[in-house]
Amino acid sequence: MMDRIAELLGHFATLSLLAIGGASSTIPDMHRFLVEANGWLTDAQFSAMYAISQAAPGPNVLFVALFGWQVAGFGGTLAAIVGMCGPSSLIAMGFEYYAGRSPHARWPVLIRRGLAGLTIGLLLSTGWVLAASIDHRWTGIALTLATIVLTLKTRVHPLLLIGVGAAAGALGFV
Amino acid sequence: MPDHAPPPTPRTLFTEFARMGLSGFGGVLPFVRRAVVERNRWLDDREFVELLSLGQVLPGPNVINLAVMMGLRFAGWRGALAAFTGLVFVPMAIVLGLLLLYEHFQDIAAVRSMLRGMTAVAAGLVLATGIKLALGQSRTWRALLVGAGAFVAIGLLRWPLLPVMAVLVPLAIWLEWNTMRGVKSGKLEAE
Repeated sequence: MMDRIAELLGHFATLSLLAIGGASSTIPDMHRFLVEANGWLTDAQFSAMYAISQAAPGPNVLFVALFGWQVAGFGGTLAAIVGMCGPSSLIAMGFEYYAGRSPHARWPVLIRRGLAGLTIGLLLSTGWVLAASIDHRWTGIALTLATIVLTLKTRVHPLLLIGVGAAAGALGFV
Repeated sequence: MPDHAPPPTPRTLFTEFARMGLSGFGGVLPFVRRAVVERNRWLDDREFVELLSLGQVLPGPNVINLAVMMGLRFAGWRGALAAFTGLVFVPMAIVLGLLLLYEHFQDIAAVRSMLRGMTAVAAGLVLATGIKLALGQSRTWRALLVGAGAFVAIGLLRWPLLPVMAVLVPLAIWLEWNTMRGVKSGKLEAE
């Protein structure tokens, strides 16, 4: 169990430094690491953990706490959160300490513009991996497509859509 | 900046960030702005946006970056720790509570299919966010190249993130830097 916790901490600490555009962009690699490479979670568990995290309040990154719990209980939860937030937080604090005094430097613009396309590619990958992690019934695909259209065309609250998805699933449509 | 409130103590940072964490479903950021700029007047809007854009450029969860930077600025490393703990660990108790409920009822088929329905929607929400961001960008061949490269390598081929980013991050920044330099020296962009 300690081996697992150490491995989880190490891997998530690496992902912390690669999480460009937020924690969600590392979900495809977490799926690869947790489900495909190590078999610590099944596909169904992986998607269930993400869905539960979306139905709770708190910062988006909390889904890693649930992955950690599935791998190694509360120790896994702490390892996942500390790994995912620790290294990036230290870097952020370093910047606040040393570079926060020159907010008009050009490099943040360069990096933000340069990485925008990459961030979008990673987000689309995350959506793709989540959609592919549930059974491929046409109703599930239709639900995903309907969510995309409603989100783009209306101002409907995400939590309401999650509730509709929960109801559709509970009634056996998905 | 005359109308700033005095800087908060670590204890205040903990309770205020816990409150922000508990308010936000599907994104805490709007609540952070409301609490920091409007309710507590620790920062004005301009300072908040500057801090936010720095938090978004740096790797890691954006809101967490923002919280630890603010905590450090106002109350040193204890402030950073207090803001982080409040924002992450207080809502985490609720998420873990939901998880225990799920583990208790997961043998019921309706509970499992309920979560499948929620995942289908969650996937759609992430995809819609990606599409929205893409529509808001200036569409250039270099952004398309890097974005499509990331989607194929990570989404479709499921390659590990580290080697893919080791190639794509320097490539993306180099392409952008080249363009910025070209614009600066008066050349037209070939797009």
